[in-house]
Amino acid sequence: MDNLNKLGLAEARDALRAGDVTSKELVQACLTAIEGAGALNAFVHHTPELAMEQAEAADARLKAGDAPAMCGLPIGIKDLFCTKGVPSQAGSRILEGFIPEYESTVSQQLLDAGAVTLGKLNMDEFAMGSSNETSVYGNAVNPWRRGNDDAALTPGGSSGGSAAAVAADLCLAATGTDTGGSIRQPAAFTGITGIKPTYGRCSRWGVVAFASSLDQAGPMTKNVRDAAIMLEAMCGHDAKDSTSVDLAVPNFEAALTGDMRGKKIGIPREYRMDGMSAEIDALWQNGIAMMKDAGAEIVDISLPHTKYALPAYYVIAPAEASSNLARYDGVRYGHRAKLAPGDGITEMYERTRAEGFGHEVQRRVMVGTYVLSAGFYDAYYNRARKVRTLIKRDFEDAFAQGIDCILTPATPSAAFGLGEMTDADPVAMYLNDVFTVTVNLAGLPGISVPAGQDGQGLPLGLQLIGRPWEEADLLSSAYALEKRAGFVAKPEKWW
Amino acid sequence: MSIDESTAARVAKLARIKVEPEALPALAQEFNTILGFIEQLNEVDVEGVEPMTSVTPQKLRWRADVVNDGDQQTKVLANAPDAREGFFAVPKVVE
Repeated sequence: MDNLNKLGLAEARDALRAGDVTSKELVQACLTAIEGAGALNAFVHHTPELAMEQAEAADARLKAGDAPAMCGLPIGIKDLFCTKGVPSQAGSRILEGFIPEYESTVSQQLLDAGAVTLGKLNMDEFAMGSSNETSVYGNAVNPWRRGNDDAALTPGGSSGGSAAAVAADLCLAATGTDTGGSIRQPAAFTGITGIKPTYGRCSRWGVVAFASSLDQAGPMTKNVRDAAIMLEAMCGHDAKDSTSVDLAVPNFEAALTGDMRGKKIGIPREYRMDGMSAEIDALWQNGIAMMKDAGAEIVDISLPHTKYALPAYYVIAPAEASSNLARYDGVRYGHRAKLAPGDGITEMYERTRAEGFGHEVQRRVMVGTYVLSAGFYDAYYNRARKVRTLIKRDFEDAFAQGIDCILTPATPSAAFGLGEMTDADPVAMYLNDVFTVTVNLAGLPGISVPAGQDGQGLPLGLQLIGRPWEEADLLSSAYALEKRAGFVAKPEKWW
Repeated sequence: MSIDESTAARVAKLARIKVEPEALPALAQEFNTILGFIEQLNEVDVEGVEPMTSVTPQKLRWRADVVNDGDQQTKVLANAPDAREGFFAVPKVVE
């Protein structure tokens, strides 16, 4: 078989089990693709020897007829996950040289499911960004381009390396994490599928924390079936994360019927933003038509507090980040600044953090510090948490009306050019998450499915939002959408 | 609410991030842009609304109060920038 790196998880799994291919062959194809894709800057820590060892073990298990769900399938891991013996920097200078002594629960579960890990993937520093431009490694590059224009585009963020790697077939799938849209926005920008499960589905243990009440891990894959397979391997209760939920994990792949008859799809009127581009609107209308065609009933709904989701997020997420990132003090791990004679411990903290954190991270830590400080806690932090209650209530009201899932655009635009937002104020960049951030605030599952292309050939994604814990149903709806959208375009190789 | 340079300097101090004096005006300006955006929250009627503490209603689990981990000194110190004799080493804290 040729082009083995271009396979998806399900196809490769079936080929492995049929004996048509070995894990070592799959891994070799991916390693070759990675070697030739330096220009994408997607993989930032390479572990080819480890991958080959894992592949050998997987081949032995396949031969013995003892193959778990993801046996022998090569994937990439976002740099936010701690991986034992492999650098894990969260895209930050402050964790330069950090080599965890432990494995995150999610990556351990993937290893236990037989997956082969090729290395670590680029991302925005501490997952703070929407373009991968805040990374200490430099930005990853989107394999897609606007027609014949060779301007480099962002793969989105924060899981930009994961998105670029999957879209460019450097691996079969990758892990991502999503705090405000960091799986779904890059998936939409690169023409792949990405799901953020319900808060509590995946253990956060060993995942470098950004905003603990919002962070969730999820898979980034070439199609919906692959997302179902990989999500199932990632989910499950973990005693090491007190917010991980003790619920049985369904067989997500078996639930992919795509049967939408009798289902109600909500279309929230507040997502029709002022100045929404005609292309995004047309994509959304197409999505509605596809869901109707699949047999679903379309219902107009209202989520009245949508407008306040981004401002609430930009209080809550920085507040939690300022607390979480207090641990980077130059004492226990990572970077420590060189001290001048007479410098004490305070100077050590201040210099270490000034040198170790990039600009966006510093800004968010300081905004978080401010909104939590005496005198402002009620006005900002408590108010934002009250608004968050209202945002969640909006969704609960919609679901109480019998809505099964909600259809929206994934992003307000297609991928933009790297550097295009450099001079914009920080709020302009934050608007990228306008359709995705509500889902994190309400703790719901959300999936981005590639559903069309803009006038310049760039992929566009639609988002489906599900009821809490109903990932199986959500994936099945996404499968119905995927079948009708028939998105098969791939970026033309230029790298 | 407008943030001036001295407030920006105070926030930087609280966050333990060294900011050079010449960078303070731009920093204060960025804070004002972001806080201006956040001010929209004042339009929302939050009377009688509880601030969210947990997005999924759940009770934290209890476990037996027994030692279930430990004896990992080497691993704990393995990534320290400066570890000596089984301890993290830092500049002098107490005069």
